[in-house]
Amino acid sequence: MKVKAKLKNGVIKVKAMAKHDMTTFNMMEKKTGNREDANFITHITGTINGETVLDLSTSQFLSKNPIFKFQIKGETFKKGDKLLINWVDRKGKTGKGKGKIK
Amino acid sequence: MERRNFLNVTLGALALAVVPASVKAEDYRTTKPAVWSAHTVDDAIKAMYGSTTLILEGVSLTAPDVASNGGAIPVDFSTDLDIKSIALYQDANPEAAVCAYTINKYSINKYSVKIKMGKSGTITIVAEGNDGKLYAAKKTLDVALGGCEG
Repeated sequence: MKVKAKLKNGVIKVKAMAKHDMTTFNMMEKKTGNREDANFITHITGTINGETVLDLSTSQFLSKNPIFKFQIKGETFKKGDKLLINWVDRKGKTGKGKGKIK
Repeated sequence: MERRNFLNVTLGALALAVVPASVKAEDYRTTKPAVWSAHTVDDAIKAMYGSTTLILEGVSLTAPDVASNGGAIPVDFSTDLDIKSIALYQDANPEAAVCAYTINKYSINKYSVKIKMGKSGTITIVAEGNDGKLYAAKKTLDVALGGCEG
């Protein structure tokens, strides 16, 4: 998981990429014959200093290794604070990444 | 046997207790499971909000007219409205829902994601206003190479 966060003019712009195959039901049916082999990230959360700044439910139709960008109001945070992003996939596996606000 | 059952129940309860603590806000996959298995955009929107009346204003949506690679289509969407959630749906894939953001007090509602589409279709963004109305934007695009097979 890669996380980049930049604070400028009171706005934190975040660019993040999760490393995940994001396989769909149809893809896995073709590949292994079992639709239930499909695995994809289902939920992503982001926090700074324990405050939730991102809450995203996702399906199998995000791209492989999904890249997503979002913005945060920056008044309460400062440069050097850490943005933590956690994800959980359909099989219960979790992943995390963090980035320092620059 | 009883002990095993007890263990299972305890572990299950523990897992349940741990998840909401780490995921403070609403996870639409657990609270609204029907949204994610709905096959049409209308069904998904109905399952999500209970209504399908969309107001086609206030939301901006940018996506390419022709996507050469259906496996990673960049979609940008934003709104200045006072909303509590914003979600992305499309009608090209077997299921309609792609992703749904719960808005928090730090959110600036400007997002970009990359999505997969198996064939040409229409993307719908629905922003759920705090006034209870559903604001939306739609965009139809051509997908040259479908992204859900390989």
